[in-house]
Amino acid sequence: MALDDTKKTRIFKVVGTRPDRPDGIDKVTGRARFGADMVAPGMLTGRILRSPHAHARIVKIDTSRAEALPGVKAVVTRADFGDVPDHVADILDNCMAGQKALYDGHAIAAVAAVSPAVARKALKLIEVEYEVLPHVTDVDEAMKPGAPVLHEGRQQETVPPGMSQNVIARSEFGHGDIEAGLVQADRVVERTYRTAATHQGYIEPHACLATMGADGQGDLWVCTQGHYMVRNTCAAILGIEQGQLRVTASEIGGGFGGKTTVFLEPVALMLAKKSGRPVKMVMSRAEVLRATGPTASTSIDVRIGMTKAGRITAGFAELRYQGGAYPGSPVDMGAMSAFAPYDLENVKTIGWDVVTNRPKAAAYRAPGAPMAAFAVESAIDELARGFGLDPLEVRLMNGADEGTKSSYGPTYPAIGLKATLEAAKAHPHWTAPLGENQGRGVACGFWFNFGGDTCVSLNITPDGTVTVSEGNPDIGGSRASMTMMAAEELGIPYDQVRTIIADTGALGQNEVTDGSRVTFAVGLATIEAARAAKREMCRRAAMVWGIDEEAVEWEDGAARPAGPNAGRFPPMTIKEIAAIASNTGGPIAGHHEVTAEGAGVSFATHMVDVAVDPETGATKILRYTVFQDAGKAVHPSYVEGQFQGGAVQGIGWALNEEYIYGEDGILQNPGFLDYRIPVASDLPMIDTVILEIPNPGHPYGVRGVGETSIVPPLAAIANAVSAAAGVRMTQLPMSPPRVLAAIQAGG
Amino acid sequence: MRFEAPRDVEEAVKVLAGQQGAHVLAGGTDLLVKLRSEMIEPELVIDIKRIAGMRDITAEEGGWRIGAAVCGAELGEHEGLRADWPGVVEAAGLIGSTQVQGRATLAGNLCNASPAADSVPAMVAAGAVARIVGPQGTRDLPVLDVPQGPGRTALERGEFIASIWLPPRGERAGDAYLRFIPRTEMDIAVVGCAVSLSLDEAGRVSGARVALGAVGPKVILVEAAAEALKHRALDAGALDDLAAACSKAATPIDDKRGTVAFRKHVAGVLARRAAGIAEARAKGETA
Repeated sequence: MALDDTKKTRIFKVVGTRPDRPDGIDKVTGRARFGADMVAPGMLTGRILRSPHAHARIVKIDTSRAEALPGVKAVVTRADFGDVPDHVADILDNCMAGQKALYDGHAIAAVAAVSPAVARKALKLIEVEYEVLPHVTDVDEAMKPGAPVLHEGRQQETVPPGMSQNVIARSEFGHGDIEAGLVQADRVVERTYRTAATHQGYIEPHACLATMGADGQGDLWVCTQGHYMVRNTCAAILGIEQGQLRVTASEIGGGFGGKTTVFLEPVALMLAKKSGRPVKMVMSRAEVLRATGPTASTSIDVRIGMTKAGRITAGFAELRYQGGAYPGSPVDMGAMSAFAPYDLENVKTIGWDVVTNRPKAAAYRAPGAPMAAFAVESAIDELARGFGLDPLEVRLMNGADEGTKSSYGPTYPAIGLKATLEAAKAHPHWTAPLGENQGRGVACGFWFNFGGDTCVSLNITPDGTVTVSEGNPDIGGSRASMTMMAAEELGIPYDQVRTIIADTGALGQNEVTDGSRVTFAVGLATIEAARAAKREMCRRAAMVWGIDEEAVEWEDGAARPAGPNAGRFPPMTIKEIAAIASNTGGPIAGHHEVTAEGAGVSFATHMVDVAVDPETGATKILRYTVFQDAGKAVHPSYVEGQFQGGAVQGIGWALNEEYIYGEDGILQNPGFLDYRIPVASDLPMIDTVILEIPNPGHPYGVRGVGETSIVPPLAAIANAVSAAAGVRMTQLPMSPPRVLAAIQAGG
Repeated sequence: MRFEAPRDVEEAVKVLAGQQGAHVLAGGTDLLVKLRSEMIEPELVIDIKRIAGMRDITAEEGGWRIGAAVCGAELGEHEGLRADWPGVVEAAGLIGSTQVQGRATLAGNLCNASPAADSVPAMVAAGAVARIVGPQGTRDLPVLDVPQGPGRTALERGEFIASIWLPPRGERAGDAYLRFIPRTEMDIAVVGCAVSLSLDEAGRVSGARVALGAVGPKVILVEAAAEALKHRALDAGALDDLAAACSKAATPIDDKRGTVAFRKHVAGVLARRAAGIAEARAKGETA
């Protein structure tokens, strides 16, 4: 599974080019079918009744009036679900509240009715008696002894006694001696940073269409990042066997990690089961914001010591992440990644996982890492500027390399951090002049990347074209990438291959589209499946020629006699072999199943120029350049798209996006008017530089690129705004009122 | 839900008066959003676009009469309006997206009665007058007096706005509207400020109207700001006084869109900047 011929450079024919994506025409013409685009005969509309309280005991739910309303075919509450295995207990409780409503928007009951109007009316007829409880939405407040407690008895042994029950777990990473390191520093920066919860902001709301037959067989059409995960989770919650539930993934209008769990799906299946009819559910935007999974809000203390020459002598961070109403904030990944770009003798991070009365956090692109990078990269920037040092040189001096023992444990193989820093230094952006009230910031970022369970089936059709079936929803152009890697390996043109996302009945287990894993892991499996098909085609050709199959090699889409047989027979093309397959042993296919390892970590450096209006505190992004290691860019346009997308989401997170809760614990901005993701006119064209330091764990050297790009922007922009405004910004978002207040306080 | 599209004012008034909770549809850019988000479930929606005159811009008494269903894009394409009242036109043009501009109307923006409505401060600074039709006949009411608070207007049951009249512009005069939003478009004003000026031959302010949006429950006409500018050249001192008067007059709240301190400060900043643009326009300079 290692990189092919690591010592010599492979000449690619298809990989590295920029063909049109196979799903492109459907998407621009509106023909693509998303979650809400499916219909079924006799279909009902499902809707959810949601808690108006941030924290309340559910004393009683009376659904009798709703059930009596003509047109209502089913009403579901938690009482309809039985006991479920521990690993899905919190997931079910999040989809349908049990004893308590834990946040504003928590699902309490659901109806299925013959029309949206009837369903809406039915919701109003459900009577819920609540005992309203005190609530807490802020991470630091939730950790205080005496804070309102969400769950009793969930605290892990890692948490010292005396802390609030809301503190679920403590984690620690690092090596060396922090205090000894700090003593060697010429200056120590010690600051607290805070970030707001942000939502992934995918444009397509969650949607699904469920059927559940009397025979116990279910079907689900759903917008998700992982239909195998949906199958397994829903089967566990409904108490059915996984093989009885077939899940088909729709096209997906964005996910960014937010569609790696379930919200509606078990409820839709239960409504379908109770009503005996297909049930469609589509969330409104307000439901998406109130009740799906944003990322954590955080409070982070950092202490970093540096010599006046720029050497970091010690780095310490204590990270407090609230991950909403259930355990499992992404604090561990924040604590692991905080100092990952650096080669440090003394480094330590402590992470606290905290629950609050907010929706349960879901994954959001490099979950946990951007906030940690914001804190650490801000402190490094402050130290470097304080000593009058070049921030890129400081990072190069301290940067991790092959052989560095990382802050979270492993020793790195070949990595690309310094290549991104060198590229940044050499780029004209770095030396371009700045005007009045303008500032430039840089920051680095790291992400682990992931492999995981993967299956690919590759079939040769009778006319010699190729179909690839894979099990990962295509969010970022992965069908194009799989098609390219299959075409590359088979030596045939791109347009001779078509890749589809198969349903859960067609392949074995596939991990969700997450961890920047798909181009790496599914690509690896696609290449191996193509190799298996090639071996079979060589065997068929050998059979026809009457020579040993070892004496046949595959080149440019054809089997050729090799070695002493070279030239004895004309090559047999894939089309010729396919045409006679029925006479040589039957249809030809290749497949590969693997738990992919060796994903290869990824690094990026971001550079950004901003202008800050000193009279209003408004920030304008003037110029932005992303430098990132892609290992090998299979389709450079989509790699650039991932770089740009991460930067843009980071810009939103840095400047305006935030979950705003009132004193009453109610979300104040559940819509895209007041939850401000950037619009196109807010942004310059995001410039990109792709570095290619091959990943030894992939046949073509591919590394995942989807997530790393959101890790540096928060810090890069904060460093730029701080330079432009002349005052250090330590809290996100850097919204105009906050920046203006800082300028006025600083001046 | 019933939908009616009457052909004349009398019929529209009759239908509107006959149904409690009926909603008037002009561009629909607020109404349809409220319907889709289930904020309202009206029994009756009355489309007024087919009534004669509702989509016309006509010269009247030296000014302009703008039908209630004239959309933002049509305002932006009207040379006479653009020449006389560029501030009103640009305020209306800030509302929503290009698609929304094909629908959104001045009258609708006014009747929605959002404190943050962009076109309303501009119309107030211009001294615009709303023509209201209803069961008791026709009446004219200054735009300033139409909003009564968030979501509330001075319209009585059965009444709707048929048109908006902008007065004659006069010589050496110009207006401008600026708003502060955290983004660059597709957003809602955190503060809005309109300034309309006329200058004497020496370039001193002979008349001014300054209006603020989004810093109180309804649009604010800042008379102290107009007083501060009277008979003065727009030098730094006059602009400082203007800004101070606007900051003082603003009565905002702390909410998800901004703080009291921020809004009061920015009201002054925008007034200063809008006055500069209005002055340039009054002098015939391009701005």
